[in-house]
Amino acid sequence: MKSFTYERPESVEAAVAAIRGHPQARFVAGGTNLLDLMKHEIEAPTHLVDVNRLGLDQVEETSDGGLRIGALVRNSDLAADARVRSRYGVLARALLAGASGQLRNRATTAGNLLQRTRCYYFYDPAKPCNKREPGSGCSALAGFNRIHAVVGQSDHCIATHPSDMAVAMRVLDATVEVVSAEGERSIPIADFHRLPGDRPEIDTTLEAGELITHVALPPPPPGQQVYRKVRDRASYAFALVSVAAVLDEAEGRVRGGRVAMGGLAHKPWRSEKAEAAMADAKPGQAAQAAADVLLAGARGHGANGFKIPLARQTLASVIAGCEG
Amino acid sequence: MRLQVNGEAKVLELDVRTSLLDALREHLGLTGSKKGCDHGQCGACTVLMDGRRVNSCLTLAVMAEGSEITTIEGLGEPERLHPMQAAFLHHDGFQCGYCTPGQICSAVGMLEELAGGMPSHVTPDLEREPELSDAEVRERMSGNICRCAAYPNILAAIKDVGGAA
Ligand SMILES: Cc1cc2nc3c(=O)[nH]c(=O)nc-3n(C[C@H](O)[C@H](O)[C@H](O)COP(=O)(O)OP(=O)(O)OC[C@H]3O[C@@H](n4cnc5c(N)ncnc54)[C@H](O)[C@@H]3O)c2cc1C
Ligand code: SF4
Ligand code: FES
Ligand code: FES
Repeated sequence: MKSFTYERPESVEAAVAAIRGHPQARFVAGGTNLLDLMKHEIEAPTHLVDVNRLGLDQVEETSDGGLRIGALVRNSDLAADARVRSRYGVLARALLAGASGQLRNRATTAGNLLQRTRCYYFYDPAKPCNKREPGSGCSALAGFNRIHAVVGQSDHCIATHPSDMAVAMRVLDATVEVVSAEGERSIPIADFHRLPGDRPEIDTTLEAGELITHVALPPPPPGQQVYRKVRDRASYAFALVSVAAVLDEAEGRVRGGRVAMGGLAHKPWRSEKAEAAMADAKPGQAAQAAADVLLAGARGHGANGFKIPLARQTLASVIAGCEG
Repeated sequence: MRLQVNGEAKVLELDVRTSLLDALREHLGLTGSKKGCDHGQCGACTVLMDGRRVNSCLTLAVMAEGSEITTIEGLGEPERLHPMQAAFLHHDGFQCGYCTPGQICSAVGMLEELAGGMPSHVTPDLEREPELSDAEVRERMSGNICRCAAYPNILAAIKDVGGAA
């Protein structure tokens, strides 16, 4: 690990001031992703700003009937929150499907959103990788790419975003609240993660110097909430494909609903057009119509082609399983 | 920096890069916590931080300042075994023993989580209290890998302690 200086501010203002003008500084929350990457020297911040003493560890009710989740709320605590369990089951389920008990006890809401890809070559400094070293090339294109993207990818990068939680946040239309020395802003989750394009080194639209303070959830949409994760082991493995869904089904028809998919792209994959195509259809037809839109133009790179039929089947099984 | 470990205050001069695991093992001589992967994948380094199980390899020692750290040595000693340690002995919950301190610390933290009603991936109904079933224990302990595959006896030991508590 490269050496760095460390500071532990006690207020949001102090944290924002500490990072201002230091592009090589990083916030550290649970540390479960950043410290791992620092050990591999893939991340080499010169200054660490520990945000664990900022408070921001509460889940509050909002006046519109939603929830406002502090950036430092641990994944295990968020999944166990009674309001999340009863009103945002898809979020609780997504959190519980990720990592291990120990990791969830440290991992935070903000850190989870900002975790980096698990692409093998990103983790291997001996191999070219445009995300780690812009312009060096993408080793996954013609390499081991079983876990890689089938939609939204570019010739520069085919990595996926590994978070389960982010897929649920996307289906719930969460908003990421951030603050910097320049002021506050809110970023809809749809615009938070980005596609790789020709700048795969940039994962999100968060700017240097911005601190995530909260993630806000609007009131839950009507319907049954489901998170289905398909992986190589029954526990403690990243998703090959996952589906977060809120489905309003009655009398054998899908009245309406939302679906977001994980494991397929550089960001949680959702399409409002796919959801319009599901409305007022029988479950089987709804699943097919939604998959046709979500997977339009999907292509594999050798080892990951299986994800395309797997995504279709998983979506169909989730929609069929929600018949109410 | 000052660390509170197994009920004692320790003052240490450490490189800021030192992980909590290395601080415990290399600087405080508490070699019970093991280094398996050093990347959060195996659970051998599990300790309790303010009563909650965490991977000490993915925490900086300096980030643990102000928290109460409990390691396997703090849970119990040969003359005064913690019930979980005794149960692992009784049920032969290990072969080589390398993963065992992490398994035991994790199991102690896990039973607290279960008793506190925290759900898991296999909890059938998120709005009901989870039960101490085999499936729950296996899922909740999946962050602790055992190369010797002593899993059946680990499960028996944990259920013994959990059922008795
Ligand atoms: C073995 C293993 C298995 C895993 N399995 C899964 C899995 O199945 N599913 C899954 O979803 N995840 C999985 N994870 C990843 C885990 O969920 C993430 O490591 C964790 O959520 C990151 O949160 P953190 O608080 O520890 O982040 P940190 O490591 O502290 O930080 C991550 C990034 O976020 C930035 N950051 C943190 N807080 C803020 C803030 N408030 N504002 C701005 N920037 C901030 C940091 O600067 C850093 O760049 C796994 C991890 C490991 C090690
Ligand atoms: S897929 Fe992206 S992260 Fe992986 S090697 Fe290619 S550029 Fe790097
Ligand atoms: S040594 Fe920490 S999880 Fe393996
Ligand atoms: S007893 Fe040998 S690794 Fe578990």
